[in-house]
Amino acid sequence: MWTFVSPRIVFGEDALDTLSDIRGKRALVVTDPGIVACGLVAPVLERLASAHLKVHMFSDVEANPEIPTVLLGAKVALEFAPDWIVAVGGGSPLDAAKAIWVLYERPDLQPAEISPFIDLGLRNKARLITIPTTSGTGADVTWAIVLSDPIEKRKVGLGNWENVPDIALVDPSMASGMPRQLTVDTGMDALTHAIEGYISTWHTDMTDGLCAHAAAQVFEFLPRAVTDGADLEARTHMHHAATSAGLGFGNSMASMAHAMGHALGATLGLPHGRAVSLCLPYTLEFSARQSPQRIAQLAQRLGVSSANGETAARTLAQAVRNLASAMGNPLSLGEAGISKDSFELCLDKLVADAENDTQMITSSRSPSSGELRKLFEAVYDGCSVGF
Amino acid sequence: MSYRFPSDEWIKELSRLLNESESYESSAANWEGDFMFEIQPDGAFSESAYLFLGLHHGKSPDAALLSSADEREAAYRVSAPYGTWRKVIDGELDPIQGMMMRKLKLQGDLMKIMRYPKAAKEIVSCCALVPTQWPQG
Repeated sequence: MWTFVSPRIVFGEDALDTLSDIRGKRALVVTDPGIVACGLVAPVLERLASAHLKVHMFSDVEANPEIPTVLLGAKVALEFAPDWIVAVGGGSPLDAAKAIWVLYERPDLQPAEISPFIDLGLRNKARLITIPTTSGTGADVTWAIVLSDPIEKRKVGLGNWENVPDIALVDPSMASGMPRQLTVDTGMDALTHAIEGYISTWHTDMTDGLCAHAAAQVFEFLPRAVTDGADLEARTHMHHAATSAGLGFGNSMASMAHAMGHALGATLGLPHGRAVSLCLPYTLEFSARQSPQRIAQLAQRLGVSSANGETAARTLAQAVRNLASAMGNPLSLGEAGISKDSFELCLDKLVADAENDTQMITSSRSPSSGELRKLFEAVYDGCSVGF
Repeated sequence: MSYRFPSDEWIKELSRLLNESESYESSAANWEGDFMFEIQPDGAFSESAYLFLGLHHGKSPDAALLSSADEREAAYRVSAPYGTWRKVIDGELDPIQGMMMRKLKLQGDLMKIMRYPKAAKEIVSCCALVPTQWPQG
């Protein structure tokens, strides 16, 4: 027995108009200053006003949202008493909004207590709407919450099925103005979600199709969206692919590239999508040595290899590298501009954090501490993994 | 040789395997908190049983079949019917998925245990390595 959770998803052109029809009294908009500055919150506020909701905005969410920020957001929510929380942005505001919502409904909890093993009893005070403004995070449809602990400088994976959003408004117009590098990084994040969701040990018949289709969409449409940001067909398919991948991996979990990427993001400050996708080819090669079947099956479904076993799995890893390279993304930490000294200084912490990241649970091959260290070294040097 | 589940011999064998596991030792190097496994009766098992597993800094210093839940104190208690435990030990049920579906119930400091997912996975892996006899079919 297993389960599949999803919000109601309104997608495509004018999906944002759904906001004009919601019923309620007060909406707390959770976002970040960059989203406000580029004008993406204005159409949200306009529609909430037409629905006659009193609106308050919490726009203090930073990239890689920190625990004190969500505590502050929860305090704002408790004072404003919204019946809707509307999250607008990339993964950071969306994850922060989920945590703010939980802490608003359950002020007795600490953020670190938001686990899948307890009953939260949400939706007594408010419901959650998510509006993604990037095509990658998938956070609009997942229950996962990734927060940063500023004291320990590590990311913590939290969440509970109950905190899956109620409504996701997946309107491509909200992401069509993304600058080139953000399009690349978030698109590669979507690819990593799709591939890791497919090869996760928790994958199911309910998630396989979503992940495989999303991966195919990214291979086809991300280069087009990057080459021509005005290609609305490519933008739309990428926006949908990100949400499909989110539905897939949100129900099957991600895997080792996310565990390593979270550590890299928290310690060396790499953007999430770049960090996880940078690790992906290496973790695919590592897993391919002992359990290549799922990776090979996906390589065949995507048409990147007709071979079997480790050969096919390695071909998929190379296809990921080729895609990243074609769009100018680094293939190693060295290429990403991380100095060898900085890397070596934090290698012990990277290994410890990745080892104890919740996404490591669903890896088909579980690395020892020594293997994880070698994997990080391979990611730094850009060497294929042969162990 | 195989070990009947649940029994004093079974939990001591699990403890021995954990003490041999370098992977468990490194992943639980800072862990402090004993576990109690409650095996609840179901159609195939008629009485409750309690297994105590001492865990401290990457080692398992102590393990025993208890005569009652009150005999020892443990920071964590995992409770499930006998048939569910059998699925976990046979590798048919991922215990973390089982806890999410409330097939197994976990009591204790969840904030702390969420920081040690690899150690939890290593314990489960060692459970699967114990040659197990299932007396109730």
